[in-house]
Amino acid sequence: MNAPIYEVEGLVIDLYTPTVSVRAVDGAGFHVAPGETLAIVGESGSGKTVMTLGPLGLLPEGVAVDLRGTARADGKDILSMSPADLSRLRGGFFGVIFQDPMSALNPMLKIGPQLAEQARRYAGLSADAARTEAVSLLARSGIPDPEDRYDRYPHELSGGMLQRAMIALALAARPRVLIADEPTTALDATVQAQILALIRTIQKEDGIAVILITHDIGAVSVLADRVAVLYAGQVAEEGSAVDVLTAPVHPYTRGLLASVPDFRSDSASGTKEIPGIPPNQAQLEPGCRFADRCDRVQPACHTRRPRLQTVGNGPVPHRVACPVVIAAEGIATHD
Amino acid sequence: MTDGPAIQAKGLKVHFQTAAGLVRAVDGVDLTVARGAFHGIVGESGCGKTTLARALIGLQQATEGQVSILGRDRAAWAKEDRKGFARAVQFIFQDPLGSMSRRQTVGQTLEEPLQIHGLGDRKARRARVQELLDLVALPATVLDRLPRSLSGGQRQRVSIARALALSPQLLICDEPLSALDVSVRAQIVNLFARLQAQLGLTIVIVAHDLAIVREVCSSVTVMYLGRVAEEGTAKPLFADPAHPYSQALLSAVPSPDPRIEATRPRILLEGDPPSPRNPPPGCRFSTRCPVVEPRCREVEPALRAVQHGGTAACHLADARAHAMI
Repeated sequence: MNAPIYEVEGLVIDLYTPTVSVRAVDGAGFHVAPGETLAIVGESGSGKTVMTLGPLGLLPEGVAVDLRGTARADGKDILSMSPADLSRLRGGFFGVIFQDPMSALNPMLKIGPQLAEQARRYAGLSADAARTEAVSLLARSGIPDPEDRYDRYPHELSGGMLQRAMIALALAARPRVLIADEPTTALDATVQAQILALIRTIQKEDGIAVILITHDIGAVSVLADRVAVLYAGQVAEEGSAVDVLTAPVHPYTRGLLASVPDFRSDSASGTKEIPGIPPNQAQLEPGCRFADRCDRVQPACHTRRPRLQTVGNGPVPHRVACPVVIAAEGIATHD
Repeated sequence: MTDGPAIQAKGLKVHFQTAAGLVRAVDGVDLTVARGAFHGIVGESGCGKTTLARALIGLQQATEGQVSILGRDRAAWAKEDRKGFARAVQFIFQDPLGSMSRRQTVGQTLEEPLQIHGLGDRKARRARVQELLDLVALPATVLDRLPRSLSGGQRQRVSIARALALSPQLLICDEPLSALDVSVRAQIVNLFARLQAQLGLTIVIVAHDLAIVREVCSSVTVMYLGRVAEEGTAKPLFADPAHPYSQALLSAVPSPDPRIEATRPRILLEGDPPSPRNPPPGCRFSTRCPVVEPRCREVEPALRAVQHGGTAACHLADARAHAMI
């Protein structure tokens, strides 16, 4: 496998407001290699966005942040970088697609010039070349009549077209890592399918690394090579998409998948539920974060934090933080 | 008790006059929902599903058409006996926070409809509130809390409990699941299914999550651009959709199994749905339809019977190569 291009280890992120402190990420990590798509899956509040974007300095506004651990992009330590270097890295090395296109596009400026500016600044193109590049990016993102759309304002485009324009914007700096934060959540089913297909095509053609942050198991199934399942700021399970989605081991992953109906299979019981709600991350207890909602809970789960153990023999390590299921089902571990 | 289906709409139209022109949000819909049904209305944004749901109970004034609820003319009923109508029919909004008073505790929120309708003394109302909490599986500890301090799933349970306070016969829910996380969504879906069985309610749910609709609904209406594209019994329709739009909509839903996803043939539609300001002539789906024929661009197809036992508005329904889903 290729060496990772973005890797994060032992990340702890505490967020402070005047009244509460929240441990958003609690010793989690991930890595992604060129040509690979990693899906980071979790429910709202699981820390998936903060974990991925936090090391790049993209954090919620108005809160104080304490961030520890290691994060490397292309081998360089990004946590010790100067703000100017980090800003350059964010603009050029990383491209980000957000859930809401209007959070990335300036509503006061025409779409094309926004793309061209990005291409000029980060890909080092001349003004003329940047314009040509912007038009071709719009075309590549599946926007019909790109010459015309170049001169349109964001509000003149439909939701699906805006999402495409934002993807074009993220690609304008020729990033090596594309981070897609819930890229399809706000879109309709048929448009979602188009956008997922577009991201997949771009990734194949450019060989870039893609990180998909989502709670949508369907999107994971379409795009991901590897999956990391995050629960309350910790990685519960990670491995190849096929291993994690079809042979999950952690009770949370199993519960999450059982709550997703699959209308292509009649055997699936469909809408099983996980009782309860995720823990309050302002008052975390020791031990396994999922213990209070878990149907396999043992007394030790409340006091001992489970570590990730490698299970199975696939080429992609499948790691699970649940000693209870591993022991009860006689799953071989090796590490 | 009067006879007749829970809902019967005929030729329903809702048009909005806007600065940019006339928006035909709902443009000639006939809909029948049987009593005791769990009916899903699905479609993409702008197809008019929410406007239809609102127009059915008069939250939105219809431009044209008639609606009967539980065998009575809706407009006349609401005019003559506003409170009686409210007791029979309740609406659940997409955003529970937006539909509750931020300053009322959960207890006050649940008790208010009982007070307005003069049901029971204080003690009886308290007992009913407790009963409602049990119905939606909320602990009594939420009674003194404000909506803001509840989780999304708890808020949706409160809004369901409030809608049930007056023991309605018909519950209409606009996207009650879309703001919820996956694991919590399953809890609420199961709650609806349980309530329906337990209370014999008729439930109409507006949704865009097709897999969930198939899971819980007994019947379904697929809408496209203000019109009904297809309708029928949920499981047969989902197994064998006749309208190319329903086929594409179903095909767009990914399988949670990546091995299936890697090999599954897909129908990928081009472009976005056209604007309801300016629907295309002929079949409204003709601009995106993968099997479009010249007549589709001229003649608007009527709903007709198809193999799965329901109806579809497509000239080619059941006549062409089979769905790729």
